[in-house]
Amino acid sequence: MEDAKTRSRKELEHVIVRFAGDSGDGIQLTGKQFTRTTAIARNELNTLPDFPAEIRAPAGTLHGVSSFQIHFGREHIHTPGDKVDVLVAMNPAALKTNLRHLRDNAIIILNVDAFTEKNLRLAGYEKNPLETGELSAYQVYPIAITTYTLKALEDVELSHKEKERCKNFFALGVVYWLFDRPLEPTIEWIQAKFARNAVLAEANVRALKAGRNFAESTELFHSAFRVLPAEIPPGLYRNITGNEALVLGLISAGEKSGLSLYYASYPITPASDVLHMISLYKNFGVITFQAEDEISAIGSALGASFAGKIGVTATSGPGLSLKTEFVGLAVMMELPLVILDIQRAGPSTGMPTKTEQADLLMAMYGRHGEAPLPVVAACSPSDCFYAAYEAVQVALRFMTPVVVLSDGFLANGSEPWRIPDPNDLPPIQVKFAEPNGPFYPYQRDPVTLARNWAIPGTPGLEHRLGGLEKEDLTGNVSYDPENHDKMVRLRAEKIDRVRNFVAEPEIVGPEEGELLLVSWGSTHGTVLTVVEQLQKEGHAVSMYHLRWINPLPEKLGTYLKRFRRVVIPEINLGQLASLIRNKYLVDAIPFNRVRGLPLQVSELTEFVKSLLEE
Amino acid sequence: MEKKAQTLNAKKLTKQDFASDQEPRWCVGCGDYAILAQVKRVLPELGIPREKIVFVSGIGCSSRFPYYLNTYGLHTVHGRAPTVATGIKLANPDLSVWIVTGDGDGLSIGGNHLLHLFRRNLDVNVILFNNEIYGLTKGQFSPTSPLGKVTKSSPYGSVDAPLNPISFALGAGATFVARSIDRDTRHLAHILKRAAEHKGCSFIEVYQNCNIFNDGAFAELTSPETKLDHVLYLEHGQPLIFGKEKKRGLRLKGMNFEIVELHEEEDVGQLYLHNENDFNPAAAFLLAHLTDREDYPTPVGVFRRIQEPTYEYLVHDQIQRVTDQKGKGDLAQIYMSGDVWKVE
Ligand code: SF4
Repeated sequence: MEDAKTRSRKELEHVIVRFAGDSGDGIQLTGKQFTRTTAIARNELNTLPDFPAEIRAPAGTLHGVSSFQIHFGREHIHTPGDKVDVLVAMNPAALKTNLRHLRDNAIIILNVDAFTEKNLRLAGYEKNPLETGELSAYQVYPIAITTYTLKALEDVELSHKEKERCKNFFALGVVYWLFDRPLEPTIEWIQAKFARNAVLAEANVRALKAGRNFAESTELFHSAFRVLPAEIPPGLYRNITGNEALVLGLISAGEKSGLSLYYASYPITPASDVLHMISLYKNFGVITFQAEDEISAIGSALGASFAGKIGVTATSGPGLSLKTEFVGLAVMMELPLVILDIQRAGPSTGMPTKTEQADLLMAMYGRHGEAPLPVVAACSPSDCFYAAYEAVQVALRFMTPVVVLSDGFLANGSEPWRIPDPNDLPPIQVKFAEPNGPFYPYQRDPVTLARNWAIPGTPGLEHRLGGLEKEDLTGNVSYDPENHDKMVRLRAEKIDRVRNFVAEPEIVGPEEGELLLVSWGSTHGTVLTVVEQLQKEGHAVSMYHLRWINPLPEKLGTYLKRFRRVVIPEINLGQLASLIRNKYLVDAIPFNRVRGLPLQVSELTEFVKSLLEE
Repeated sequence: MEKKAQTLNAKKLTKQDFASDQEPRWCVGCGDYAILAQVKRVLPELGIPREKIVFVSGIGCSSRFPYYLNTYGLHTVHGRAPTVATGIKLANPDLSVWIVTGDGDGLSIGGNHLLHLFRRNLDVNVILFNNEIYGLTKGQFSPTSPLGKVTKSSPYGSVDAPLNPISFALGAGATFVARSIDRDTRHLAHILKRAAEHKGCSFIEVYQNCNIFNDGAFAELTSPETKLDHVLYLEHGQPLIFGKEKKRGLRLKGMNFEIVELHEEEDVGQLYLHNENDFNPAAAFLLAHLTDREDYPTPVGVFRRIQEPTYEYLVHDQIQRVTDQKGKGDLAQIYMSGDVWKVE
């Protein structure tokens, strides 16, 4: 029986599913459950949660729609995907806002119970789209999800409203059947989650099963699918968002260095979760400080660094603007400091919940005076762990502020993360200055050019630091012209030497050819997908993804000259492109879309192909 | 115990031990010199080793202060010294942290931070040099300049209502609020010492003469002829008496103080007894606002001193409690939090 059914399933290489509904419909939770089950079924996957900026947007409206997209498959899944294969729409507004994301002939699963006159009106539909034929390009499956859920829970001791809220699990059950997924992982999760409320647990489990059974027994779909498991390295896995990964990376660096972390920030979307999560880990000795403003956050972090902690602050664009004066002071004082910028769409308040890469030049240059600092950009949610860890290493080793760039897409997006063994993390050695012989606050390590770190409490090393220019070696205030010139160059040279300490990225593909894509940050997945696809088609295309944008890797200059064309895709108007054009005098071609969304594979592929055909 | 032994063994420090090798660069005759001298005098008396003292400042004439002391020191960003001091004190509560600021630095550009520093009750000492003018930028009115003040940026007189620093500190919940005057060296030394001894956030407003841009702003309070008639020395448990002859006092009338001429000895009985430790800040506010009233004296001394848990204590106590409860953090364990699955 089971065999016959499974044999009739169509095998797919990869699929994109999107759940959409009112922000009160439990869409994010549903998406996360689907993700978890997909991961357990050993598919590669990538997700894109998208929720309204308003805390409680009015129900049924277009701007109240929340969605969760997941792209999964057997291999090469680096992005949440462009065109959706299966849409689950819990109300008319969800249908309307998501139609443009669908590929032709996509499957649409609808909760017809929600297609009431009122909801249609709220979504701006004059007529019911189920009746007008406007959905004829798709395979539409209208299901009375609410009715069936209520029916399945008839004899459960819950209010009507509570029962209705289980409908997302019914929908999830339907989708599980469509992809031949086991229910057990979700059932276990529900039972753990509602351990204190057996009735609610039971109701959700029943709704889930009812959905699956409904799809199976009614032979609802013309065809069902199966996505074969990927070859995933063995180990323990969990899902991790970019913000969670930043927190774990920071805590790990704190533990490994033997210094505790001092984390200060002011709430700002999409960085606040970092504060929330890190505040939970006080038993690691982490001091967290919710400051009165962005300036206080970085100021106190710098003070903590002076006193021998790892000072960290996190923010998003508007906050980084406020912090810049202190970043300059940190450059002058040459103290370790880590600044996380979870970029969002700007300028000004912009679109706080949407992603963008437009803070790059601010991170690089957004200070008065010559104030260079290392900049590292994470390329995926789990990579945020390593970016944060490395940033601490560099900050401590080079006695410098470091900016870590993430963005809204990485911050809230998640991916399976192979859990490392803490013992395998590279060690972080810290040496405070000790009182022996004469002490010079600005004496430098000959290799790194880092100055001494002498912390208060150490007898004999009393010294003063400040924003006024320092005399080389002594650190005394100096207005001497030659000294200033020397110090400006020394500070720049120090940052340049970070290059010798961090790993050089590897080129994806041959070291010469037709076209090189140079990327940074969260566009990694999109660019990699494009490059893999084009390489498969036989094009001489390679990819060089930058992790440290300051300093740039040694080999970049060579690679740029070995390709006929260089394309730099970014979610801004060409910030890395202008850095590279300026530094290497190459005619790099920018590819830019600034919609608050990740770049799309199809658009970039098309663009690159058109260049290849020229 | 250990700490005590250390302090006892250390040789007694002197004023000279606290002088750095940098020459102060204030204008000749500036009140800042007097304040520096008193700080150097008081520091050795505190019994705190030099390496455990940190001076933090913002920007302005007064903010050069840390360079002239042989302790740890930071000269930071305009108005932001309280933020840096917060990080230092939270990172190492064992340090004695001092903030040096001015009326522009602390109350204009940095007013926000001072407010939050006070309300949190971080155990640091704030010395605010109030000269009622911008000195370093060469003479513009400040948030404490009186209405009508003619300066470079207010050639027709300032129309900005001034802020009362003591009232501000009281309003923000500072647990130690005091005032002194640069020229009144013994009083200043005494107040500095008391501030240092207070466990909690101490605020001292020091009237400081800027002899270049606002000379004589406090002349009435410092010249030997007028001083005693215009200054009211606050002393805990003592009646509010002032005047050359000590023949004038203050008593409460309704919601305000009024001046009482003291003819007979019994007249003293009706005077208000100053109580620094009063949890109700009302009387302290009345005293703070005496400067608004013509013919009333300017109080100096400690307006208020109450005990509240300090911020750094609460922060570290919480860390300790969470650690006791959860056990010392383990990386492997937090990596595994949430859903974990195994791929064979
Ligand atoms: S300008 Fe005024 S406050 Fe500044 S140093 Fe000179 S006298 Fe002192």
